[in-house]
Amino acid sequence: MARVVVDVMLKPEILDPQGQAVANALPRLGVTDVSSVRIGRRIEIDFTGEPDLDRAREIADKLLANPVIEDFEIRVEGVAAEVA
Amino acid sequence: MRIGVVTFPGSLDDGDAARAARIAGAEAVRLWHGDPDLHGVDAVVLPGGFSYGDYLRCGAIARFAPVMESIIDAARGGLPVLGICNGFQVLCEAHLLPGALTRNQHLHFRNRDQWLKVESTGTAWTNNFTPGQEILIPVKNGEGCFVADTRTLDALEAEGRVIARYIKGNPNGSQRDIAGITNEAGNVVGIMPHPEHAVEALTGPSLDGLGFFTSVLRSLAKDGQLAGGQQ
Amino acid sequence: MTTQQSGFAATDVLATGSDEPDTVERAEKSPEELQPYADLGLKDDEYAKIREILGRRPTASELAMYSIMWSEHCSYKSSKVHLKQFSEKAPQNTRMLAGIGENAGVVQISDEIAVTFKVESHNHPSYVEPYQGAATGVGGIVRDILAMGARPIAVMDPLRFGAHDHPDTARVLPGVVAGIGGYGNCLGLPNIGGEIVFDPCYQGNPLVNALSIGVLPVERLQKKEATGTGNIVVLLGARTGRDGIGGVSVLASATFDEEAEQRRPSVQVGDPFMEKLLIESCLELYDAGLVSGIQDLGGAGLTCALTETAAAAGTGMRVWLERVPLREASMSPTEILASESQERMLLIVTPENLDAVLKVAEKWGVWATAIGEVTAASADGTPGRLHITWNDHVVVDVPPGSLADDGPVYNRPIREPNDVMLLQADRAETLPRPSTGDALRETVLRMAASPNLCDKTWVTEQYDRYVLGNTILAQPEDSGVLRIDEETGLGVALSVDGNGRFARLDPYEGAKLALAEAYRNVAVTGAEPVAVTDCLNFGSPEDPHVMWQFAEACRALADGCLELGTPVTGGNVSFYNQTGAAAIHPTPVVGVLGVFDDVARRVPMGFPRPAKAGGDLLFLLGETRVELSGSEWAWVTHNHLGGRPPKVDLAAEQALGRVMAQASKSGLVSAAHDLSDGGLAQVLVESTLRHGVGAKVTFPEDGNSPFVHLFSESAGRALVAVPRGHDKAFLALVAEHGVPVTPLGVTSEEAALQVEGQFIIPLEELRTAWSATLRDLFGGPAEMAAPAAAAAEESTPVTSGEVRSVTLELSPQAPGGPIEPPA
Repeated sequence: MARVVVDVMLKPEILDPQGQAVANALPRLGVTDVSSVRIGRRIEIDFTGEPDLDRAREIADKLLANPVIEDFEIRVEGVAAEVA
Repeated sequence: MRIGVVTFPGSLDDGDAARAARIAGAEAVRLWHGDPDLHGVDAVVLPGGFSYGDYLRCGAIARFAPVMESIIDAARGGLPVLGICNGFQVLCEAHLLPGALTRNQHLHFRNRDQWLKVESTGTAWTNNFTPGQEILIPVKNGEGCFVADTRTLDALEAEGRVIARYIKGNPNGSQRDIAGITNEAGNVVGIMPHPEHAVEALTGPSLDGLGFFTSVLRSLAKDGQLAGGQQ
Repeated sequence: MTTQQSGFAATDVLATGSDEPDTVERAEKSPEELQPYADLGLKDDEYAKIREILGRRPTASELAMYSIMWSEHCSYKSSKVHLKQFSEKAPQNTRMLAGIGENAGVVQISDEIAVTFKVESHNHPSYVEPYQGAATGVGGIVRDILAMGARPIAVMDPLRFGAHDHPDTARVLPGVVAGIGGYGNCLGLPNIGGEIVFDPCYQGNPLVNALSIGVLPVERLQKKEATGTGNIVVLLGARTGRDGIGGVSVLASATFDEEAEQRRPSVQVGDPFMEKLLIESCLELYDAGLVSGIQDLGGAGLTCALTETAAAAGTGMRVWLERVPLREASMSPTEILASESQERMLLIVTPENLDAVLKVAEKWGVWATAIGEVTAASADGTPGRLHITWNDHVVVDVPPGSLADDGPVYNRPIREPNDVMLLQADRAETLPRPSTGDALRETVLRMAASPNLCDKTWVTEQYDRYVLGNTILAQPEDSGVLRIDEETGLGVALSVDGNGRFARLDPYEGAKLALAEAYRNVAVTGAEPVAVTDCLNFGSPEDPHVMWQFAEACRALADGCLELGTPVTGGNVSFYNQTGAAAIHPTPVVGVLGVFDDVARRVPMGFPRPAKAGGDLLFLLGETRVELSGSEWAWVTHNHLGGRPPKVDLAAEQALGRVMAQASKSGLVSAAHDLSDGGLAQVLVESTLRHGVGAKVTFPEDGNSPFVHLFSESAGRALVAVPRGHDKAFLALVAEHGVPVTPLGVTSEEAALQVEGQFIIPLEELRTAWSATLRDLFGGPAEMAAPAAAAAEESTPVTSGEVRSVTLELSPQAPGGPIEPPA
């Protein structure tokens, strides 16, 4: 499968209320050794031919991530990630 | 009769649910998420809002609140529980009701006056309606699209557990136009639109919402289940 | 990937070349050190004045604080000389409990109850990141209301975007609307009205204004003064991160150009859930009497809150900056002081109340941290100093008043633009007009479908208008109406209006027209207008033409409010709304608050199903003149802007208001709708479509053509529906107040809009034209059919799912003990 995976995360300095809410709920489940949780989005793009990292990067940059507040990483599934 | 209204951090329509209970003739008792004591109430409303910010998934964090453990136990013992909007989501996350509520198909929050058809009047919260009655109640949600697998949907239909359906337009893409469902015993009901916002001529599009609250009073009176009966 | 470094972190490093912060001691030893004051927006003479105040060069932190507090946004340095007219010309008013200079004006509406309301801009941030910009705009204005001791009870949003069909509008509008809904809905505040206007002049400079209103028992009014030597300074709410550092000085106080783009600060992200908890905890603290002083943290963050609370009391303050709970441990002292992280409040509490305050915060799961204490003024009465340390380094030692009150004041040059005369000579009254019935019919349909007049449901459906259960009227009604007291029916009406085209043609008349329209919108519901808030959106104050527009608008609002007897209670100025040399139309947005003794008598805008055969009688109140310049008709059909705006007669507006108030009390009218953009034609469209009740209209032979009757935008008018049997009493009332009245026909069971001798439009045809526009422009939500199973998913090439990625970060435990949210 010609799949490219894009992980979109909020930039480290951007507040992540969702992650914070999950972190605050963990003690209720008995988990007390977690200091931070951040939540992102994983997007899988299936190409019809060869996986095209450049095209995927373009898609991620223009559409999937909001560069004002988010960073993304792309990788061909099963291959190490490339950081944008 | 005493109807408990739960306040989670982020509950928004709790005051409105309490007002609706009062208008229907009940005493409204406020319950706090962190307090497992149900204070001897005869029924419970889980109100609308964004409990715990609705982060992660709507209702996902609220179901672990101390008050929910008591409510889950009491509901299994027959305590009438109505989940409205976010409360419906909490009931699904707590597995008191089947299925799940997902993002509206059009991806927008939508607030409008919505027509519903009451399908099942055999529950604690709908017995004051007539079967097939058309009612007008506000709907307002971003994640109100009811989904379940086909077998569950078929079972809900076969057992008469779909309590209301959207008519004259489906506001969120819910499967089979489902607006509300009940559990097998008929004491736990979840509904996406907001009956508590249709209880006064001055503020609501109709008075149709009052029927949910008068229904539970009627069923409690009939069963003789008065204060503390479920504790 | 590198972490975004803010400009202020850089100034710390620049000053010292090491990890140590720039201290007062270093500043005294290195007077010659070059400081980047120009990059922070300070002028040479402003920098010299800072050195004079301090008797040395400022530290890096002090320099940042001065640059923020002396920025246009915080100091009102260009607008102050004009805004003071609002106080100088303020009408006598016994209702005002707090006014200009406070976080928001407070107006008493009964012996026990007061309301507070204010409108504010969040224009530039909403252009950069529409969702978060608009969301944090709502959050900011709500905290202003909260800081007065009030429970926020509703929001409204006047919005202006570029051309409806411009690709960037398709980026900005949906984000702004989703952000306002996302934040306000989650906060549990009904959105009860606002405006949505498209005009190419707002391309690149959308106006996102936000209004909030709150209610308080009169005795719960809060003060911002940091009084009481030894009192504790508590930071309540969210942790501090690198949000929007320099946002105020960079974004709101400079022309938005390519250069500013590069200096873009990190975006502020709103957390409405945290704000909801902050609201509940503050209200619990007020009711328990635990708060001596309070100030919200908005633009300019801690810097503004610390200096304003101390300066207001004349006291000093000792602050340990390392106690501030941080999201990112590596933040420098300057960044902590400049951060615009949302959902924070600064409290002043007595030492004996501190434990109780921390307990309330713990109950609601918000952080509360004692970060400092109030210190005494000098024995000779000189105000105290703001003394801030960071890990034992003294980074700030300043007189707080020098930051908060003694900023520069400019009397900027003013010059009437050369093009105003030419523009005013190019009158729309000379444009070709439709004259046949068919042409009028086409024009009515075309106007109804035009972006500024069309159905705004696509937007307003994304806002919760029901929550709290006290919304009596909401958009698209003329005003939002809220019940305040369930027992008595005591309530308020609120409307917010502006018209940039009128103000472009004549800023004085245009500003008065905005005031008149908001006043009329409140009055036609039957409420008594009592107070005003304004948001003044303009281009660069450094342009004398813009400054002229601003001065004219301020003069008009002060004059108008004096004449109407409705004081300006507060508001906000937004300058630098321009791209390159092109400024937006001057856009004063005016909010008017009205009071109802009983909201049950509110008059809605839609024609009701008539109780008697033959329909209700329709009357037009006010005088229709040939006034087409600046009108929606001239713009939509001729793309024309020129001439003089309609005449304003505030005495006539008051007379109209008195008629409506009395008619509402006596129950004489079944519906009323103010005439403004689009004229009578638009009012007929909206009032018939509201409940699907038609109208048969006959125009009098009074010299005006049917076209002028339909599309003139003369001010001071309203259409009313009077049930048969009430007409005699109604006409007597109108005559008593000397308001011109014209019988226009009847409402009708027949579902059509009919103008006698001209045209008939079935309501369904009208509705189709009116309601399709925004949906066609911005997509969905179309009617949802139930999904055909989940089969579609398999062929979708891009699937997205939320994954949880858990990053562990070391967060240092700040001394002073942040309160962990309860499990």
